[in-house]
Amino acid sequence: MEQEGRFDYRHLFICFLLSFTAGLVVASFADFRRFLPALLHGAGVTIQITVLAAVLAVLWALLAGLARLSPLAPLRWLATVYIEIFRGTSALVQLFWLFFVLPHFCVTLDPIPVAVLALSLNIGAYGAEVVRGAILAVPRGQYEAAIALNMTPFTRMRRIILPQAVAAMIPPWGNLFIELLKATALVSLITVSDLTFEAYQLNQATLQTVQIFTLVLVMYLAIALVITFFMRGLERRVARGTGRA
Amino acid sequence: MLFDWEFALEILPQLARAAVITIQATLVGFALAATLGLVLALLRRSRNPWISMLTGGFVEFIRSTPVLIQIFFAFYVFPQFGIVIPAFTAGVLALGIHYAAYCSEVYRAGLEGLPRGQWEAAIALNLSPWRTYRDVIIPQAIPPVVPALGNYLIGMFKETPLLSAIAVVELMQTAKIIGSETFRYLEPITMVGLFFLIMSLISSAGVRRVEWWLETRRG
Repeated sequence: MEQEGRFDYRHLFICFLLSFTAGLVVASFADFRRFLPALLHGAGVTIQITVLAAVLAVLWALLAGLARLSPLAPLRWLATVYIEIFRGTSALVQLFWLFFVLPHFCVTLDPIPVAVLALSLNIGAYGAEVVRGAILAVPRGQYEAAIALNMTPFTRMRRIILPQAVAAMIPPWGNLFIELLKATALVSLITVSDLTFEAYQLNQATLQTVQIFTLVLVMYLAIALVITFFMRGLERRVARGTGRA
Repeated sequence: MLFDWEFALEILPQLARAAVITIQATLVGFALAATLGLVLALLRRSRNPWISMLTGGFVEFIRSTPVLIQIFFAFYVFPQFGIVIPAFTAGVLALGIHYAAYCSEVYRAGLEGLPRGQWEAAIALNLSPWRTYRDVIIPQAIPPVVPALGNYLIGMFKETPLLSAIAVVELMQTAKIIGSETFRYLEPITMVGLFFLIMSLISSAGVRRVEWWLETRRG
């Protein structure tokens, strides 16, 4: 999904406080104690999938982003095809494709690996464009200086270009990780018992729709807030490291 | 197991009919998102701090939580208050509100991009706030953000398969129904993927064209 700027932290915090209070008020009317164990279990699965997929997505994004800038044409084409396919189709279609179609090719994966794979490939395709943009944004003089110092292309990338590009990548990656967290809700549709799945089940059993879903939305918001703060901390650390405060 | 072209041709008409529902959902949902988004963007600029704060909080809340749950919420919440609406309406409503939050950020960028002088000139001409917005601000603020809105239109189009979760018989649901009836998932799901791929490649080319046209027009 295309991103417009960054999340406004102040508003995020205010709306978290507001909805947390709303959630507590709502929860006090509901059978809070009966819901909580299932929802916490679901939240655990959601966090697990988010973290695993985030790590893989960064890997795919680096591979595809660097391949798109490669001097070898076939590598560039491969990366372009990957990026266009995964950005051009829906995450749900990709998830269903891996879940329903792969078994026909005698590759049977459990739902959770399928979920992690599909989501990481999807976010990785968006991330590849972030990686490419950040690398291209490193000033040309840096390349020229590295060439003048007789560095090999590998050393140039590892010691000069990437460290500077990483600093520019972090804010867009923060947005992508929140997109990833939101996309994990889809895995409930391939029978993974994540937070959304548990909420759906509880809703079917008790029909306390407003209470359950408000609570769950607040839980997602809380996880998103943790990601936001974590990425902000990371941004500050990397900025210090490369001397751009 | 290989792609069976005969089977693919056989299910094509059924998928084409479902594609119409998908496109309808996208257009209705985006009309809602574009209108409501502008309202949210204007409310967020309100001078009353309560209104702007609450709107800002609402927008961030909607943007940071999964649209699938918002769809479930819309689908299950209305019947509890005795209002029965079709799954299509509930789903489109949820998608529309979700994307309205995104669109409001786009409009906000457009509104903040206007030079201060435009506001000052409107005040100097003694225009009412309503006329300032209608005749001065909006006509200048909207065209530059049309490409960004177009990207969200494509984004929303790609989210419509989520409606299959509340049993709206759109493209994805149709593919799943075909799959469960014939035990052949390869063809229907691949074709749905191709449909989305082709449509989004064409529409992003369209968005780039609009972008180019806007740039040349501005000179």
